[in-house]
Amino acid sequence: MGLLTKKDASLILDPLADNNPITIQVLGICSALAITAELKASIVMAISVVFVLGVGNVVISLMRNIIPSKIRIIVQLVVVATLVIIVDQVLKAFAYELSKTLAVFVGLIITNCIIMGRFEAFALGNGPWKSFLDGIGNALGYGLILIIVGFFRELLGSGTLLGFKVLGDPVEKTGLYATGYENNGFMIIPPAALIVVGIIIWVQRSRNKALIEDN
Amino acid sequence: MSLKNTLHNLKEKYKGKKMAPAFNALHTFLYMPNETTHSGSHVRAADDLKRTMNTVIMALIPVLFFGIFNTGYQHFAAIDAANNVAREFSLWGNFLTWDNFWLGAVQVVPIVIVSYGVGLAIEFLFAVIKGHEVEEGYLVTGMLVPLIVPVDTPLWMLAIAVAFGVVIGKEVFGGTGMNILNPALTIRAFLFFAYPTWMSGDKVWVHDAVNLAGTPDAISGETVLGYLAQNKDFSYSVSDMFFGFIPGSIGETSTLLILLGGLFLVFSKIASWRIMVSAVAGALVMAYIFNFAVDQEWISETSKFYGLMSLDGWKHLIVGGLAFGIVYMATDPVTGAQTNRGKWIYGFLIGFISIMIRAFNPAYPEGVFLAILLMNVFAPTIDHYVVRGNVKRRLKRLKNATIHPKSTDGKAEELKAETV
Repeated sequence: MGLLTKKDASLILDPLADNNPITIQVLGICSALAITAELKASIVMAISVVFVLGVGNVVISLMRNIIPSKIRIIVQLVVVATLVIIVDQVLKAFAYELSKTLAVFVGLIITNCIIMGRFEAFALGNGPWKSFLDGIGNALGYGLILIIVGFFRELLGSGTLLGFKVLGDPVEKTGLYATGYENNGFMIIPPAALIVVGIIIWVQRSRNKALIEDN
Repeated sequence: MSLKNTLHNLKEKYKGKKMAPAFNALHTFLYMPNETTHSGSHVRAADDLKRTMNTVIMALIPVLFFGIFNTGYQHFAAIDAANNVAREFSLWGNFLTWDNFWLGAVQVVPIVIVSYGVGLAIEFLFAVIKGHEVEEGYLVTGMLVPLIVPVDTPLWMLAIAVAFGVVIGKEVFGGTGMNILNPALTIRAFLFFAYPTWMSGDKVWVHDAVNLAGTPDAISGETVLGYLAQNKDFSYSVSDMFFGFIPGSIGETSTLLILLGGLFLVFSKIASWRIMVSAVAGALVMAYIFNFAVDQEWISETSKFYGLMSLDGWKHLIVGGLAFGIVYMATDPVTGAQTNRGKWIYGFLIGFISIMIRAFNPAYPEGVFLAILLMNVFAPTIDHYVVRGNVKRRLKRLKNATIHPKSTDGKAEELKAETV
């Protein structure tokens, strides 16, 4: 890591695994349940959050010394809202179908607890470069889980990946469907995301015992 | 050396090894262990977990055999009905025939084997990983699962559902005795939400109805509740429904045998009669409320709720899976309410909600498993409030009680004052 010092690198890498916003801090669950039925939506959501959190963290960090602490939440909301509107408009312009799938959840990035959490916990107390790395790292950690969940839900629930029929055609009974295999309708409904996230948390904690809290 | 001694010796050899739990499970399943406890105080009782589980299985065996018979019987009855052959009753001609039993056995036995095979394999695996003894909980679950699925459920689906139910429904919570949801119903619910076409509709309930659909030999596999949900007439008499000669999940049809199994469980003190009685009461209350609504003509005959709401209240008890659910599922001591007053509430709500789901969800007119799972979730809350209520009442009594000074009172009154 020539570009980054060790400390800077850990800002990006920690949230990917041992300090993951979804599986360890259990934030941002709402959107993880809602939009992960398809891999494509998960990827777009992940990119959107990377953009919003990366830019937002820098903006807040730059303004951190002039924001009166009494109204800082309002200022943060204005910043997130601006960025989210940009994302929303870009999606509507260039990927209209997808923006319909994501529907209200793009707008709801504003209320994603990860974003406000990073503003409060990190950007308000650190310089722009570190805040940028932290924002990117946390958003990637969030996006990674979204993509894993989306991968399994789309593969098992619809038999497709990014819309490609990787398991064969369920109507014409080709590929795996010829053997009598059927899509698992349970994976389409939002509770399945909760169970997949739960399994990821389980696997993560059984690999790293330090993550298990004392009762 | 007898098998028993061989096993005792082998146990010493396996002690401390990774496979010890798996071996011990087989060992104690066959024989009483040859070790005694050395310290502490103990209650000596014969009804350990294995005995309890085996008693429930004994209560399930008649239901299983009837399910095997009924699978064949319904199949041939549906073929006759489809060909417009009038079915004259003849004991050896079309009732107790070898064909009925053979067809049923060929269909049902693989389901039982898959259920036990997959479930026990996972139990053994987890016991070896965690290094604790194999728990007996799956013995009953493995028998319940085949009885609550439609006969044509593909075996691979069943295997996935069993794996899901045992791991997510039970093992992640810490195994037998720690689970919140009834594992057998978790398996049923998984199958229902994952593969709805195999778990509902008018085909799956009679063997081969799915395969024959669309061919000239097509047969019907509609259940009584299915007919009612579509406001259609059906040809089954009350005695058919009571004795179980109707299509349905493998083991749920015969109310008579379920009733006998339930009595057996109540008298062997395995299952709670409070839950059973209150669940039946809850179902009847809801059903008669619906009947009342129909009598008052609040529900028109064209309403899609009419069929199920106008069914005589008591008939709800003998169709569908209500009886099976109340006797074998709701009374699960792990997932049900623990306090006596809590059991009344828990059971009542199961019956009440089951009938409500039946009437209001005509797309899938059987809600017993959903009602029981819902109440499983609420059982700890019910218990909590029952216990808090009890504490509050006793505190109030303590406040109002007059405690006499000891010196002036006799022994009897002193005792009375202490045991407020």
